Amino acid sequence: MNLKLKKLIDKELKKYPSDKKQSAVIAALAIMQNDRGWLSKEDISEVALYLDMPEIAVLEVATFYNMFDLKSVGKYKLSICTNISCMLRDADHIVNHLKEKLQIDFNEVTKDGKFCLKESECMGACGGAPLLTVNNQKMHENLNIDKVDQLLKELK
Amino acid sequence: MNDVIDKNNQLENNNKQLFNICLRTTSLKNPGSIKTYQSIGGYEQIKRILKNKTDPQQLIDEIKISGLRGRGGAGFPTGIKWSFMPRDYNGTKYIVCNSDEGEPGTFKDRDIIRYNPHQLIEGMMIGAYIMNAQVGFNYIHGEIWEDYVSFEKAIEDARKAGFLGKNILDSGFDFELHAIHGYGAYICGEETALIESIEGKKGQPRHKPPFPATYGIYGKPTNVNNTETYASIPWIIEHGGQEFMNQGVPNSGGTKIFSVSGHVEKPGNYEIQLGMPFRQLLAEAGGVWKNKQLKAVIPGGPSTPVVPADIIMDATLDYDGLVQIGSSVGAGSMIIMDESTCMVQTLRRLSYFFYEESCGQCTPCREGTGWVYRIIDRIFKGQATLADLDLLTDVSTKISGRTICALGDAAAIPVLSFIKHFRNEFEEFIKKGKSTN
Ligand SMILES: Cc1cc2nc3c(=O)[nH]c(=O)nc-3n(C[C@H](O)[C@H](O)[C@H](O)COP(=O)(O)O)c2cc1C
Ligand code: SF4
Ligand code: FES
Repeated sequence: MNLKLKKLIDKELKKYPSDKKQSAVIAALAIMQNDRGWLSKEDISEVALYLDMPEIAVLEVATFYNMFDLKSVGKYKLSICTNISCMLRDADHIVNHLKEKLQIDFNEVTKDGKFCLKESECMGACGGAPLLTVNNQKMHENLNIDKVDQLLKELK
Repeated sequence: MNDVIDKNNQLENNNKQLFNICLRTTSLKNPGSIKTYQSIGGYEQIKRILKNKTDPQQLIDEIKISGLRGRGGAGFPTGIKWSFMPRDYNGTKYIVCNSDEGEPGTFKDRDIIRYNPHQLIEGMMIGAYIMNAQVGFNYIHGEIWEDYVSFEKAIEDARKAGFLGKNILDSGFDFELHAIHGYGAYICGEETALIESIEGKKGQPRHKPPFPATYGIYGKPTNVNNTETYASIPWIIEHGGQEFMNQGVPNSGGTKIFSVSGHVEKPGNYEIQLGMPFRQLLAEAGGVWKNKQLKAVIPGGPSTPVVPADIIMDATLDYDGLVQIGSSVGAGSMIIMDESTCMVQTLRRLSYFFYEESCGQCTPCREGTGWVYRIIDRIFKGQATLADLDLLTDVSTKISGRTICALGDAAAIPVLSFIKHFRNEFEEFIKKGKSTN
């Protein structure tokens, strides 16, 4: 873990009492995943060491929360919501287009390692359905086929 | 024509309008900035309270008069809830804002966070003052990352302006507020799962009692409220509880945001005076998408029973009005379904959601949600028999009331209400092995 990451985690630790470092585990894992793309066993160990937690407790958190990835998700993870508000706005249409264009199914990575497609539950943004996020952080709303094609082009 | 006259009559009888309290900055320039909020009198209430050292009991009374009920779904009266927090506890007390909305169709708290964050912060400050809490957290749904970042900035701005930290405005009042984010677990919206999550654990709900007010974060007294609940507070204190109550109808004081999604022309958040007729809100939202006919509505999110079009059309949107038609306000997550909607497919997706999001602690919920999903999936794939419908009802009924948290009950509600109102469609689907829509 480099200094930059430590600093980011330290900022999270300030939110909690000094003897409650475990509280920052979700944030710490998110920071690590952001840096590396996905969480390896070594990443989990590093977070455990840094927060004085048993590794198993960190792993439990990493497996419980759906936005963590314990396998490679390529350069860009596209998570698309298929829950009902999005479904009613034809999210399936977008999903099929993405699958066809990228030649992958959900949870697969394209051959060139660039894209991974994930099916997601409600993101709390259903007014902008259908929608997807890129690498957990950037949301794209009111999707249509053109917008999706444009987005794929922009993600170099 | 008759329809129009009916509609006008209703409007006259029940003169309710869109009215922004929680969303009152949305139409302004730079809605989320501290400057904008202060330009409409923001932070003046907490200033006045701190200056006059207002008696917290007096403020609680005002909130009780307002009729404000928890906007996170359960509708518990906020004034009463706040009086449960032990006043003279020696040690840290916490307040938590629950912005983990992730029930399908719910997206109101997001707009408060990005367009009116300072009203939320002021509401939490007033809450902290009343409950004598020193630390607050706003737990934000993981997928709306950009809004989490913008809320962190709002906290920073409030701190710079002297509203957060030690000895705020020289009053002796200390309050620190932090934003934290989830990472994709719907169950963390349940308040004790949320507390577990803040402690850095899996989000598995705790047995109640003890309630958070006696045993919350790190075992300390903790109060959890929804984002919209907190954001309503500054307006109530400014205008008085009675004025808030007057916005709504008896037993349903104030305004409430309805997040309208699905088959509607203008999906979005609509803050209404409670008691507004459903048809009026539907019209505000531009009517049914592409001019189709309305088939059914889930008024308050999937944990509230679905209502067929002919029943909801004349209902009013308030706590009693929706109970009268066999449903509920929930979180105000209104999902509109047009005539083309396949109820089997819709229920299948909802059931998958509850199955996927069950935390797995209680056998009836863990196993039952799986069963339910597999039966509906069987129907969807044309492999079911009519007996499966009764099995569905049976399994769902057996989940209800036998679990640690309300997710189990929530999972049963769509199944029971979809079959109750659309049994014919389910039977036809099973007989033909495919959608009859
Ligand atoms: C499965 C489940 C999910 C929930 N999700 C949320 C949520 O996302 N936001 C929320 O405010 N309340 C949610 N609740 C309700 C909370 O447990 C709690 O009652 C609420 O935050 C209290 O705030 P209020 O009184 O202001 O409504 C959920 C409850 C359950 C059982
Ligand atoms: S009802 Fe379901 S979600 Fe709630 S505690 Fe039990 S298993 Fe977990
Ligand atoms: S249902 Fe897709 S964001 Fe809510």
